[in-house]
Amino acid sequence: MTLLQCHIEGVGAIGPGFASLEEFRKLVETGRADPSAPTPVPPPACLPAAERRRAGTSIKLALAAGLQALEVSGRDPTALSTVFASSGGDGDNCHNLCESLASDDRQISPTRFHNSVHNAPSGYWGIALGATATSTSLCAFDASFGAGLLESMAQLVHDRQPCLLIAYDVPYPDPLDRVRDIGGAMGVALALAPEPTARSLARLTLNLGEGPCSELPEAGLEAMRRGIPAGRGLPLLRALVLSESCRLVIDYLDPLRLELELTPCR
Amino acid sequence: MVPILISAFTATSSLGCGCEAMLHALAEGECGLAPCRFETVDLNTFVGEVTGVDQIVIPSGLSAFDCRNNRLALLGLGQDGFEDAVRESVRRFGTRRVGVFIGTSTSGMLETELAYRRRDPDSGALPADFDYGGTHNCFSVGAFVRDHFGIEGPAVVVSSACSSSAKVFGNAARMIQAGLIDAAVVGGVDSLCLTTLYGFNSLELLSPRPCRPFDAHRDGISIGEAAAFALLQRTPDDAGPEALFLLGIGESSDAYHMSAPHPEGRGAKAAIGAALASAGLSPAQIGYVNLHGTGTRANDAAEALAVQAVFGDAVACSSTKGSTGHTLGAAGAVEAVISLLAIRHGFMPAGVNTGLLERGFELDYVRSRRQARLETVLSNSFGFGGSNCSLVFGRL
Repeated sequence: MTLLQCHIEGVGAIGPGFASLEEFRKLVETGRADPSAPTPVPPPACLPAAERRRAGTSIKLALAAGLQALEVSGRDPTALSTVFASSGGDGDNCHNLCESLASDDRQISPTRFHNSVHNAPSGYWGIALGATATSTSLCAFDASFGAGLLESMAQLVHDRQPCLLIAYDVPYPDPLDRVRDIGGAMGVALALAPEPTARSLARLTLNLGEGPCSELPEAGLEAMRRGIPAGRGLPLLRALVLSESCRLVIDYLDPLRLELELTPCR
Repeated sequence: MVPILISAFTATSSLGCGCEAMLHALAEGECGLAPCRFETVDLNTFVGEVTGVDQIVIPSGLSAFDCRNNRLALLGLGQDGFEDAVRESVRRFGTRRVGVFIGTSTSGMLETELAYRRRDPDSGALPADFDYGGTHNCFSVGAFVRDHFGIEGPAVVVSSACSSSAKVFGNAARMIQAGLIDAAVVGGVDSLCLTTLYGFNSLELLSPRPCRPFDAHRDGISIGEAAAFALLQRTPDDAGPEALFLLGIGESSDAYHMSAPHPEGRGAKAAIGAALASAGLSPAQIGYVNLHGTGTRANDAAEALAVQAVFGDAVACSSTKGSTGHTLGAAGAVEAVISLLAIRHGFMPAGVNTGLLERGFELDYVRSRRQARLETVLSNSFGFGGSNCSLVFGRL
């Protein structure tokens, strides 16, 4: 079987009750994760003021998670390729557009329209950091985290260049949340490189296989894993903060799963 | 990159269903655009609507996917023996060794727009028959195509506005190259909806007449819809001298503005250069460039600078959006099929509606169809958010 391999150089983590990987570590250690806790989403300081005002939660969340991983990796953002994976994009914006278009006055705001594209966070990332390398914005519904990881690692193997994966999801507002329930806002980012460096945190291999998926022993974190598509990546984050050598199975498109092997570098 | 065989392809647009209809329309220099009568849209603009989309019936086992976008996908898949080619690939390589990579910008957005008109006046709830995952969600068309063929391999939908279905050629090629799959259904499906029509209107980018890319008096885009697909596979030893290949792919980001291109075409130039490098070709080895050419003042000016910077005034080029309209997320795949037809049938398609070229555009712009044996064609796709992708197709 084909094996993809890379090295993790940086991690970003923002979700219900945690604003960083360090805070996520505390939730793992205490077992006190609360899936209903609010997600602290910082304003994107890297964006010019005009763009910062217009950015919705999904853009802010994706940028903040990506910046965390970027900072740890120490990579130059201008030349770093990126993969943005989201199960849905900007729900608030979508709701607003649909309400306007269902009304008698169909005038919609130009900003809302250009922010409605699925690749809006990628566009703002480029503007904020001068990132001119390849950027891919993708979706695979509940399998979006797995699809993003697979795409990132296929790129790494093919291009031999570092790549930043940013998976993020934000709940829809009413009434869309009644037909698509996302259990919280979360951003998970991984800075990946093809070769080991002094910054490598762990070596990761990926293979296509079958379930069952790795679950989390902490009930609150397991609820986040199941309830938020980006949360499908939490078993990998948990293994990273515990510095465990382990095999993991991550959710992907039926009947496939991603079989991961993680080996800490230090 | 290692060349990837393109063993089948098809396109359905306002020029008609399948490659024969498209070939005939391109030969005749037809324009598929007509005054907008779509749904309840009240805008002074032309659109490239595909006829008969809503008469397509989604099979009962897949009814959760029923929406205009997936009906258009099914109509498109049904042309040129494409379905048989995919099923043969699935038989040959196995269900898990075939992938699905589709680009779209709208997905089934229209279903949500219509559902919002039918919200419960008391509770605000969307109607009970509305299926978000099957229709609205970006991945809907990818899941639909995967389930339609019983494919169990990797799948993804790329949604990076107007570069979406050019970029999926890269996603598929990388996975084939990495050994994860042996073949891939790639394509683009985008359908008319209110969000894009009123959205581009809000940006004052809709032309009140059929779009005129690169014309001195161009005044905006005409939105179209389309479904276009290609079947990619690991290149066998016995492909034959006339076999067509994906030879190169170049991607870049503008890092400039959400809805305006870099004025000097910086990102476009980088994508074109990367595609040529990936194919191992010099600019002089490209026979024809299918331009992104949307017909807005800014886009065409930036692209002209990028093309001039790479090719000088030596390369024949045109935009086919005057024929098909700008099919947004499907444009990359539609223009890939046009590029493949141009190579197979030895012609350069005319950029219809374009009269006097903008002063200062030093381009060999094809305004009436030319016969020519083409070995290689470059196709450009540039999208909102500064997402750029150029593809090179040709013979080995």
